[in-house]
This record gives sequence, C-alpha cells and structure tokens, in this order.
Amino acid sequence: MKNRLTEIWRLFFGDSARAFGSASVMLLVLLAIAPGKDHFSQWHRYQKQYLRLVRGRADAVTLERHFQPGIQQIWLPEQQVTDRCMTCHLGLKEATLADVSAVAFRKHPVIPHSLTEFGCTTCHRGQGAATTVQEAHNATEQWEQPLLPAKYIEAGCGQCHLENLTGTPFLNQGREIISRYGCTRCHTIRRPDGTSILPDRDPPSLAHIADKTSREWVYAWIKDPQAYASTASMPNYHLSDDDARDISAFIMVQSTPMQPPLQPVKAEGQADVAAGTTLYGQSFCASCHAMQNAAGMVAGGTLGPELTGIGTKAKPGWLQDWVANPYHYDPNTTMPRYRFDAKQVATLVGFLESKIATDFVANVHLDPATPQQIEHGRRLVLENGCASCHEINGVTKPENFAPELTRIGSKPLSQLIFVEGMNRTLPDYVAAKVGNPRIFGPSLKMPQFKLTPQQIDAVTTALLAQTDRAFTQPPTMRITSVQQSKYEPAGHAGQLMKDLRCFSCHMTNGQGGNMAPDLSYEGTAVQREWLVEFLKNPETLRPALIRRMPKFNLSDTEINTLTDYILTVYQTSAFDRDSIPASDLTPAMADEGRDLFYSKFGCQGCHIADYRSDKGYIGPALAGMGKRFNAAWVYHWLKDPQALRPGTIEPNQHVTDEEARAVTAFLMSLKSAGTKQEAK
Amino acid sequence: MKRTFVALSIVSLLAGGCSRKGKQPETLKPTATGVAIVESSGGKQIGYIGMQLDQPLVVQVNDANGSGVTGAAVYFSGRQGVVFTPAAALTDSSGQVTTNLSLGQASGRYNLTASTRDASGKNIDLTIEEIALGYQQTLGSQLNGQYCIRCHDPESTPQRVSNMDNLAVKPHPFTEGDTLNKMSDADLEAIINHGGAALNKSPLMPPWSYTLSKSDIAALISYIRAVADPPYQAGGLVYAQK
Repeated sequence: MKNRLTEIWRLFFGDSARAFGSASVMLLVLLAIAPGKDHFSQWHRYQKQYLRLVRGRADAVTLERHFQPGIQQIWLPEQQVTDRCMTCHLGLKEATLADVSAVAFRKHPVIPHSLTEFGCTTCHRGQGAATTVQEAHNATEQWEQPLLPAKYIEAGCGQCHLENLTGTPFLNQGREIISRYGCTRCHTIRRPDGTSILPDRDPPSLAHIADKTSREWVYAWIKDPQAYASTASMPNYHLSDDDARDISAFIMVQSTPMQPPLQPVKAEGQADVAAGTTLYGQSFCASCHAMQNAAGMVAGGTLGPELTGIGTKAKPGWLQDWVANPYHYDPNTTMPRYRFDAKQVATLVGFLESKIATDFVANVHLDPATPQQIEHGRRLVLENGCASCHEINGVTKPENFAPELTRIGSKPLSQLIFVEGMNRTLPDYVAAKVGNPRIFGPSLKMPQFKLTPQQIDAVTTALLAQTDRAFTQPPTMRITSVQQSKYEPAGHAGQLMKDLRCFSCHMTNGQGGNMAPDLSYEGTAVQREWLVEFLKNPETLRPALIRRMPKFNLSDTEINTLTDYILTVYQTSAFDRDSIPASDLTPAMADEGRDLFYSKFGCQGCHIADYRSDKGYIGPALAGMGKRFNAAWVYHWLKDPQALRPGTIEPNQHVTDEEARAVTAFLMSLKSAGTKQEAK
Repeated sequence: MKRTFVALSIVSLLAGGCSRKGKQPETLKPTATGVAIVESSGGKQIGYIGMQLDQPLVVQVNDANGSGVTGAAVYFSGRQGVVFTPAAALTDSSGQVTTNLSLGQASGRYNLTASTRDASGKNIDLTIEEIALGYQQTLGSQLNGQYCIRCHDPESTPQRVSNMDNLAVKPHPFTEGDTLNKMSDADLEAIINHGGAALNKSPLMPPWSYTLSKSDIAALISYIRAVADPPYQAGGLVYAQK
C-alpha cells in the first residue's frame, strides 16, 4: 500500500518538471471552482430556463431585451429590503407572461404598488438576500421567516394599512372578529401607530346575574353557550360537570340584588302572544336581535343577543324591568329605551317568554352548593380569567391575563411549541391556536371559539400582520387607522340622543354605528316638518330594506328637542341649505328635469318617483321628496353625492349646473308621497 | 471520497423527499365499484387563492342503474397547491364522498379530477371546475358586491333584494360568458365608464367614471373575466401563442 502511494507521488511530483506541471493543473482547477460554482448555480439555471421560455414566444425580442443576466437586486435601505427574488422571477413585470404555467416566470398579479418601490419581502416575507430556492422561500436555521402562504397574503397589506381596505376582505374580517369576540380582553394587541385593537362591545356584567336568570341556566350556558344560541360569541371552556356546577354556584353567590331593586311592570289579563309578535315586528327588534324562525333559520341583526331561547334564560320580572328601561340593569347597553306603556311591556314580555329553548335546562338538577364547591368555583373563575370579560363582584379584572400578541407575526419558531404531526410554521401554529387551542394541551386556558375555517384564516391573517417590520419601518409608510372622535352631543338633546342610543346605529362625525345612514349633515338635508313626522312614525325610505328604524313612541317635546338640535348642529359648511328658494324652481324647469330623470340619467332604474310607473328598488323612494328635502341639498347631492356622504353607491353622473337645477326642480315638485296601495 | 458520500446522501435525501411528495394518497380498500361518477354539489364555486371553499365538494359513485354505490374508492387530484381533506375516501351509505378543498396560490380556474375505478380496474374520471380570485379579482368582487350586484345578479337574499326584475332591459349577470366574452376589455371599460347610453345600451346603466377609479374599473373587469361561464379566453397576442 505504502509502495503504491510512493509510486503515485513519484508519478506527479517525481521531478521538478512534473511537480510544476501538477501544481499548475491543481491551481487551474482551484481557480475554476469559483466561476464553475457560479455557472452551475441554481439561479443561473433559472435564467437559462427563462431564456428558453421567452425564445419560444412571439414577443421574444422584446422579452430578451428586457432580460438582464446576473443577480438582480432591489435595495431599499430605509425599508430594510435587500431582495434578489427577481434574479429568478424574471417575468414579474412582463405583461405578456400573465398566462405562463411556470409560476416562477409568471407576471406578478396587478397590485396598487410598484415592485421596485416596495420590494418583495415587504409583503411576501422570506429571505430576500438568498440566492437559492430553499433559503429564499423556506425557514432555515438562520432565517425564521419563510414565505407567507398565499391565503394569508393580506397580512402583508396589514403591516402598513392600519385602516380597512376594499381589496383586503380577510384582513378586515379578521380584525373585526378580534374586536367582536373580545380577543384583546386577554391578549393585548398594540398597533404601530400607538393605538390598540379594542373590543367593540362589553360582555354583560355578572354583578346582579341572580336577578336575571337561574343557576341552572348559567350552568348549562357555561357548559356549551352555542347549545343555547348558535350565534353566541362566548367561547366554550370545555368545563366538566363539577367545574360548571362550582362556577355557577360561585357566580350566583357573588350576585347582589339590584339597587334600586327591579321594578317589574305587570298588566292584567292573559299575555297575548299574537299581539306580542306584532309589537316585536313593529318595534323592529329584529334590526338588532336574531331569532330562529319557523323554518329553523336564524334571522335578524347581530348587534344584540339572539333571542331564540330568551324565555328559558331571563326571569319574567327581569324582562319586564329590562323592556321598560334597559339602563336600569345595564347603564352601558347599546339597546335604546323604548317609551313602552305598561300594556305594551306586558305584551312584549309575554311574547318573549313564549320563546323557550326546549331541553336546554331540562336535565340540569343542581343541589344547593357547599362552601367547598363555592371556594372551588372561585378558584376556577380566577384561573380561567372570567373577570377579563365579565364584571364579577369580589373578583378584580386580571391584567395581561394572556400573552401579548403585538408582534406575534414575527415570533421566532424556537419560542413556539408544536404539536405532533403539525406543520412547523408560524401561520400553521397561529391558525391552530385560533381554531383549536386545546389541542396544545387540555390544561391550557384558552377556550374554544366557534369559528368557521374561513374565519380562522381571517383572524390568522390579521394576527400575522403584527410583525416587527410593521413597527420598525419608517413611519411614513404607515396609513394610520381612523381615529374615532370623542364627539358627544350636548345639552338636553344630547341626553335624549344618548337615551335613545341613536349612535348604536347612526353615525355622526365619524362616530357611531354603521347600520343606519350617516346623520352628519341631516340638518342641511331635510325639512323640519318632515323630520317631525318621521320621528313620530318612522317610515321606510328604502323599499327593499329589512333593518329599519324603530318607533320609540316619543313625546312632542322630545321630538321638538331632537329636531331643533339636528337642524341646528348637523349642517355642512359647504353650502347654505336655503340657498335655492322655491321661487327659483319653475314648472318649466321641472318638466325638463322630468325628462332628464327618466331619459338621460335613468334614475328610475334605482329610485321610485311615481309608484304607478317606477319600480327601482335600490335607492330611497323619491315620491314625496319635495316635502322631505331642501332644494339646495338635492342640487348639491346631484352634483357630487360622495362629497355629502362618502361611500354612497349613488353614482356621480357629472351633472351640469343647469341639469342639476332642472332635476332638483322636478324632484322638489314631488309633493305627494303616494303609496304602493295607490299604485295597485 | 467523504465529499462524494455527502453529496450522494444529499441527493438521495432530496430524491426521497420528492418521491414522498409525489406518492399516491394512502391506498384504500374499496369493497365495491361503480360505473359512473357524478358531481352532487360544490362545483363552480368562486373562492380565494389558498382559502378553503365555502361549500365542500360532494361527488357520488353510481352503479349501472344510477343509484349510489357504497364503499367505492374516490381519489381527488388537482394541480399543484390544491389541498383536499380528505384526498381519498370510500363512498358512504348514499354513495357519496364529501371533501373540503383549498385552491392553490395562483388565481384562475382549477380543473380538479375525482376518479374511481370500475370493476375492470379502469379509471373513471370526473372533472370539476372551481375558480380562485387573486388580489385584483377580489377587489373587483368587493366592488361588485357594493355597486353592481343589486342589478346584475338575479338572486335575491333577505339582506339584498335583486333589482333586476324591475328593469325593462335586463342587465347581464357577470357569469354570462356567452355575451360578455365577446366584448373586449375596452368595450367593458367604456360601458362602465360612460354608462349604457354611450354605447347604445340601456340608459339605466349609469356612468361610473366619476365615482370609481381607473384601477377599480380594471379590477371589476378582471372579476367579470374570472367568473365568466364559459371561461373567457384573452384574445390577441397572448392567445395566439398558446
């Protein structure tokens, strides 16, 4: 063996000529390694493939001219972007490559941003500086942020766009769910602009729960909230029978009677369920509350709780007190105080009591609780953080009960604990936590929320937007969230509007609900007499609307106060509401306006000016409009609807001044409301 | 020598990884076979890239009499990125298999295959089409829901009553490929921009150019193209190359 080695040595290095020759060859080989590596590199192969692809196409010359060999890089130091993705993804900007089947070379889908100004990793994540497929796309030991899966791509938008965008429905939905289900009551989620995601409603206080419902109901409810109402937002804690028994015992023991006590309103005679159904409909309770109908479908609004089984849940005395004056039990409720008389209260409560969740508490039999059970219940209430959401006497709201999620979208994988068989990626981890938290261990506290797969993906998208990049990039990149103003109407009218909870549904000056029209400029828009009549008896302005303004049974004084306030305060500064007096609008102009209305602008497609001929179902009916609106408002509305109500779907038709004046004259001539009955 | 060994082992590992990906879904033990496979529901849905579709896909395996066969194996497959849960299953007591599916990362149409084997072991395939919307089409679909759908969709829901029946000239639903595919992008853009009257169509279609932005209208057109049935084929240069 040793001899052979010596022989080989001699062969190559036996004399100086041989040694020189061998050393030269070795040097050449060594020198060739660098260009060789370059030549056989992955990105080089991709560039060759790309050239083969484009050479077979009709516009090969153009595409080849656009092609630049070598490593391509987008460098945006301020945004911490060094992206070499375009070294392989060569067709991103080529409009004609939209149809190629090789994903790597396909044109980038149309987005509102320039690729060279934003880079790739800003939205897609991954390792921008890498030049191999594996390192660029996947997580490696040194790089923990792999490419974001396409279904969560809107998380990329959410890093800068803190307000809602039309093109990002899942991000918007995810943020809404986080607010709706109160995720941030336990998890703090701060946003890069200094605000936090806040819950959008308050779960009920349990301070006086014994006045409202029975311990049996509480027991069955905390065992499985969705069994009572499929739309319930309270999550399921998967409590054992004993735990539910002890928690219900503790909560009932802690409950104190209301001060002043409940004032049930009693009326003589039998409850008339039919009359109650009518009153429920007339009061438009369904605008906010859902109920299961005869066909088994849950129909109605989501602002208030579902009422399908309310007769099983609420005690009759509590219901009477609540319907008469909700603020007695809950001063912060979004429910308005209807001005019901005693008979109406009894009728409505009679109807609500007939809504029974069959079987919900039928098999619940609880013995009086022992002190040990109550003490155990107290411990469970503390452990599960019940007071994070609900007010409970004797239990303080825990601070930072669950981990902060402000930068969850950049959490290192090394800090996550995965379950056997799960994909080891951050999106998969977050989605699993949101969708099925208890698979991470039965002792974990996070409860099970009832979400569809799409909702889980939406919440995951919103959470993945909470990245380090969102906080560290230049503030100029940020489109900050719209801040709710602190506006509150003042004086008597302010008190009254608060009492009627107008802003549960209506919006003014950027604050309030979005169920009903924005009232910011209502005072400029409408005439006093019409507003008085409307508040007395709200009619449907839109033929196809199902959520409607309820009748509050207001007194004349109350109506006057409201009308005065709305007409004085809710004005636009853009124009004077009296700037077009009736004398300016002649019958001849009205005739011309009628022609424009029906022919040039085709308004009858969406509106009804005359119930006998028009059928438009989308916009408000315009019959009787002359009594409702001020001419100046109509004129300016026709000129630019979005200026008066941002987001309205009425198209701006670029109406000229003369046309707008003529159509205004026509609309203001529609004095008689007319009815559907007349039309028949 | 050592290097070669390392290189070899990497290659074999890679090959192993690839072959595992390409492996057929776990083999089922069918107890019966059918002669036909038909779609029960879940086809022609409009979803979003990567997202699970709202409705599951349900297919049925039938015997010669057209009634469901229990215990026949059904395998689902689609192009890269499509995930079926489950990807293979035996038909239930009514002869059906239900699977949830997520579409891939690219927008466009997905032709999926559900296949079963007949008694002789021959594959019977069923092709199902689903549509995935990308960013631009999603934006278009949102704008459609806000502005267009009330007149252009004949379906009414409790929240949204269709206005189509109230119009003398019926608007074209966006799925109506037979008509809309014949119109070029420029035609559609002109109608949306200037209204029906400008192109000798119904004057009840208002002009939107002062309300929607140029990119909004491009998004709407991309949505209309995405949902057309039969599918839209882009004309001109791109089409000629296929």
